[in-house]
Amino acid sequence: MQLAFALFTPMLLCWLPILSPRRLGRNGSAWMAGAVTLASLGFLLAATGGAFPESPLIVPIPWVPQLGLSLSLRLDGLSLMFCGLVLGIGLLVILYARYYMVHEAQRDRFFAFLLLFMGAMLGLVASENLLGLVVFWELTSVSSFLLVGFNSQRPEARRGARRALGVTGLGGLALLGGVLLLGRVTGSFALSEVLASGPLVQADARYPAVLGLILLGVFTKSAQVPFHFWLPGAMSAPTPASAYLHSATMVKAGVFLLARLWPTLAGTEVWFVVVTGFGLATMLFAAVVALFQDDIKGLLAYSTISHLGLITALFGLNTETGVVAGLFHVLNHATFKASLFMAAGIIDHETGTRDLTRLGGLARTMKSTALLATVASAAMAGIPLLNGFLSKEMFFKEAVDVGTQSAQPWLIPTVATLAGAFSVAYSVRFVWDVFFRHDTGRLERNPHPPPPWMQVPVGLLVALCILVGIAPGLVAEELLVAVSHSVLGARTPDIHLHLWHGLNLPLAMSLLAVGVGVGLFRQRPSLANALGDRRLLPPGAQLYASTMGAIVRLARRITRGLHDHSLGRYLIALVGSAAILGLLPFLGPLQGDDDLVPITTRPRLALVAFSCLLVFGAVGTVLFHRRRLLAMIALGLSGLGSTLIFVELSAPDLALTQLSVEFATTVLILLALAHLPAHGPSISSKARRIRDGLIAGALGLGVTGLMGVVLTRPFDTIADYYLATSREYGGGTNVVNVILVDFRGFDTLGEITVLGIAAIAIAGMLYAIQIPKPATSADGRAWSKDQHPFLLRVMSRPLLPLLLLVAVYLMLRGHNLPGGGFIGGLVASVALILQFMASGLRFASPRLPFNFLATAAVGLAIALATGVVAMVLGVPFLTSAFSHVHLGPFDFELASALAFDLGVFLTVLAVLLITLSRLGHVGETDEESGGP
Amino acid sequence: MEWMLAASVGVVASCGVYLLLRRRSMSVVFGLALLSYATNLVLFSMGRLTVGAPPILGPEGESAVYADPLPQALVLTAIVIGFAMTAFVVVVALIAHRSLGDDDVDAPVAQEGEP
Repeated sequence: MQLAFALFTPMLLCWLPILSPRRLGRNGSAWMAGAVTLASLGFLLAATGGAFPESPLIVPIPWVPQLGLSLSLRLDGLSLMFCGLVLGIGLLVILYARYYMVHEAQRDRFFAFLLLFMGAMLGLVASENLLGLVVFWELTSVSSFLLVGFNSQRPEARRGARRALGVTGLGGLALLGGVLLLGRVTGSFALSEVLASGPLVQADARYPAVLGLILLGVFTKSAQVPFHFWLPGAMSAPTPASAYLHSATMVKAGVFLLARLWPTLAGTEVWFVVVTGFGLATMLFAAVVALFQDDIKGLLAYSTISHLGLITALFGLNTETGVVAGLFHVLNHATFKASLFMAAGIIDHETGTRDLTRLGGLARTMKSTALLATVASAAMAGIPLLNGFLSKEMFFKEAVDVGTQSAQPWLIPTVATLAGAFSVAYSVRFVWDVFFRHDTGRLERNPHPPPPWMQVPVGLLVALCILVGIAPGLVAEELLVAVSHSVLGARTPDIHLHLWHGLNLPLAMSLLAVGVGVGLFRQRPSLANALGDRRLLPPGAQLYASTMGAIVRLARRITRGLHDHSLGRYLIALVGSAAILGLLPFLGPLQGDDDLVPITTRPRLALVAFSCLLVFGAVGTVLFHRRRLLAMIALGLSGLGSTLIFVELSAPDLALTQLSVEFATTVLILLALAHLPAHGPSISSKARRIRDGLIAGALGLGVTGLMGVVLTRPFDTIADYYLATSREYGGGTNVVNVILVDFRGFDTLGEITVLGIAAIAIAGMLYAIQIPKPATSADGRAWSKDQHPFLLRVMSRPLLPLLLLVAVYLMLRGHNLPGGGFIGGLVASVALILQFMASGLRFASPRLPFNFLATAAVGLAIALATGVVAMVLGVPFLTSAFSHVHLGPFDFELASALAFDLGVFLTVLAVLLITLSRLGHVGETDEESGGP
Repeated sequence: MEWMLAASVGVVASCGVYLLLRRRSMSVVFGLALLSYATNLVLFSMGRLTVGAPPILGPEGESAVYADPLPQALVLTAIVIGFAMTAFVVVVALIAHRSLGDDDVDAPVAQEGEP
């Protein structure tokens, strides 16, 4: 439980910084974000007891067991190390961002996004379920999109964010495919089982597909060539976000997955070739490109890509010691790269630029920053006595051990040394160009030392680099053993971290790399000439841009073709395709019983009469549609016909509903007609009218055909179940109502939610809108002075309590007799609207001092609460309960569904009143909202 | 009887679609209302036509014939949502009329400049 708290706290509380109380002062949101992170860390410590767990701690949290999807958590060495990185560096980034972000409102939002991302990252590294892992994986993509595009007013930020989301999202899709396939092969999505079935997976014919898809996800996330181009683009993120996402967390998600699935997927020749191949290519390519970046963050971004390549290559080598080295480098890279990004942010903050060609000589004014950044860069370059040196030595050793056994024994060690040399070169360039070059003439403002607290996180991280670098056995060995054990299990090699391994080949490679690196730095201009434009060539980026452009163009063409700003034209597309799809089945032989079996042959006079009313009303509406008042009356007749058909065909509930809705619709159209022209001369050409008539006729024929054919065929229904169990399970005899509030209560909840949304939309559109009512009607007649007829006024008032009583009665009896929340709510709203109609807004509004939007919310909340209460009682959502109640002379059945129905009642009532009263308010000026 | 009702509903649906394709916003509203009548009746009739047997259970233990309650429940909510939708369209029509100055739902083709 503590574990669940630890891992879900940041995501659940990510809104806190935005709502942080103002009296906490300027640092409120930073305190909140820090407190949430600390709480998460505290829970994590409490859950583990401060030590690495011997065996994985697993907390099962079911979600959709039918799909094998769960939110189960797994805490072992690997996930604990990543949790520590995410939370620890997160805490430092929060402190740093407090001083980096200047605007307070901006800061609140930034911390909220940061916590959201932190939560997604924690979920990702601590998922026990592979599908759950994919869910969190996607969440990191989405939340990092928010962070990268944080300065959304800048186009390059938006572009960078879109590109990052596009590439990692595509990779996420591939990963989902790979995971689904992997689940098929192993028969489970639980990591414990997947990790134990390595041989099974590797023997399966689907292994290459699984591997390919999962690696696609890994390579896009960890920015391997050719998918790396999104990472430099994502440098448009605020620097604290870069320090967090692009050094320690987001981009490490890919290599995390390599480590996580190493026992299942690694060990084959194809794994070695693909993973090591991509890793080495990325490492070398990015290191070369990094040397020629003029933007500090660009340099660091390519350096990150290069180091990710190194880690990927280590996992690809198929050796246990390679895994250990990879995990070690994950830690080391996170510490020195986060501190370097922060230093870059400080430089940007104090000088206003990140351009290496304009910076210089900052060592004089920013002494402490210069010192810290130099040490961190040395760690990045792999200089002894720093942590980067240790893992790089281990990498060189692996490169020699594995490389010399492969077909080209010189290939891997050479690539490794060359990349190491470039790594030294760009580290030197960073430090030299920023701090030591004697040239500061091109700065816009005079640099001054940063606020001390801004340097504290950098200092802490650099101290860690030195500590690990000097005394690795003391500081890092135990941790690395525990983490490696969680990946490798019994295959864990003996791990001894020493600073000095004697004079050996890796040390020679390191020395060579340093020497060559310094040389490369000095020969930079001639090297740039030799490479020409190729050093800037971003493979992948172009392809991505042209593909996206083509997709957008295609989408635009389709949209323009379908939607050309004419409702009529695209309704024709819609109606026409409906007609065609509906008519297609009639072309072939009809399915089912070919003998048409009429069910009721005896003509019923009443049904014929009501149908005639329905049809005459509809035809009348068409004939009079240019004289709207007449059309409205005809429409009402048609509605009445429909109501009577419901009465005749055993649907009392429907008849009651339709009748009250008719009333409300009439009021609605009357209100609209006050503003819209009451007459509309035809503006369609004759040809168009004929075409529309043909389409309408075809559709009508289709409807008739469909309905007739279905009605004259044998019938099989699931209704018998409802009829048989309504009394027993639902405690009611009105089966329609029991279905609404009980059997299909979830549907009803959704439907009243839709009603609420419609009401909010209507209220929103009409908010503060004044539409002047025309002085006369369209044909020049003045409005009647007698707006609220005396007789109606007098009659309506005594009717109100009676109608409300009827409404409540209809609702209460609804479970057993025709009625219910919908009908009760409609009748009650009709009763209240009648008061508006009869006496005017001036009279009615002050007497109904309710905020109807709040009423709708209360109604929804009540309906939802009945469902939640059921869940709290341990039965599924919205399960109802009922019992007999004896109260003196009364003896009745009371169902919890009644509370649900009350929610429906309130929502329906509020929605109708919002709609009609807001519409009534539009155009109402003071002198004309009369009344007594 | 079935075919008679089917034909009536078909006529109502035709009227609704015809009005839906008009260019004045109020006609579209009328058309939408008619089309919902027709749709609701089609949906309702999928439970077949039953006379004099509303789905209100009689005394316990008594077996009787009842109309199909399921389509009725579906149609009931459809009617109420239909109202909300009509109201929404009416408000959109009002606002369009206010900001565009007329109640034509088609943008002039020439103004668009696109085929």
